[in-house]
Amino acid sequence: FREYQVIGRLKPTADITTPTMYRMRIFAPNEVVAKSRFWYFLSKYHKMKKTTGEILAVNEIYEKKPNVVKNYAAFVRYDSRSGTHNLYKEYRDTTRVGAVNQLYLDMAGRHRVRTRSVQIIDVKEIASKDCRRAYVTEFHDNNIRFPLPHRVQRTSEKRYQRRFRPARPNTTW
Amino acid sequence: FFFLLPTMPREARPFSKFVEIGRVCFINYGPLYGKLCVVLDVIDNNRAWVDGPGIERQQLNFKRIALTKFVIDITRGAKQKNVKKAWADANIDDKWAQTSWAKRLAQREARASLNDFERFQVMIARKRRSALVKKNVRQLKAQ
Repeated sequence: FREYQVIGRLKPTADITTPTMYRMRIFAPNEVVAKSRFWYFLSKYHKMKKTTGEILAVNEIYEKKPNVVKNYAAFVRYDSRSGTHNLYKEYRDTTRVGAVNQLYLDMAGRHRVRTRSVQIIDVKEIASKDCRRAYVTEFHDNNIRFPLPHRVQRTSEKRYQRRFRPARPNTTW
Repeated sequence: FFFLLPTMPREARPFSKFVEIGRVCFINYGPLYGKLCVVLDVIDNNRAWVDGPGIERQQLNFKRIALTKFVIDITRGAKQKNVKKAWADANIDDKWAQTSWAKRLAQREARASLNDFERFQVMIARKRRSALVKKNVRQLKAQ
């Protein structure tokens, strides 16, 4: 996923020469999908659609500080098999786009929800003290220290994998 | 308790290597295989934010990392120049090269990169060594 800024408006007509412009931040794999999702959302909010409107700009938005680990809060609306619900989730990542990737995978894994059924209401960076989820706050430790117990061996390249080996694996390394 | 440690099976010994800020790790999978890096921050229980000589700052999954016994003195998310300084102060490059882990890797690499003549030289050297060993064994048996 990438983040795009899409700006669009109704096509100017004789009576409305400068229609209001609307801007959305869309998470999409490419610009084509970004534009499509823009119209999907805009037509829900306003009386506008692709045929009556025009897209003025599609720009990719890059992460301002990709070298800092941040906490992201995601507000999501999704369709389940029996209704539509809101969710609040938190993620730790270095970029918004990374957090959104995690969000989609998480929704798919936990709720069997497809990307098309997820509407991201908001994704925002939050301070550590505002995090509500234990699975995120447990990493808010300046002296974090944990071992990696029961590690599974993996060969450095797939071609070195063997079906049978003479010795049992070592899980403490 | 401590005198029991070497006799305990490996699975029962207490942990000696931890994921912590400053832990030097060896990357053992992927395009960065063979490089050393240091944990700057822990993102979640699967990923670390990592930096090292010759690699960019990036997320790495713990599955791609093997922890070494070295830890350098840096703060969480330290700047690159501070990391470089702490790395040099702790003399990690030399210390790493002296570990048997690194020596084993170097030996494997050396063996894999031999050309045909060098392989011939190795064969001759092994034959000479084995002849010497056998001679000494014969002499010791005769005593």
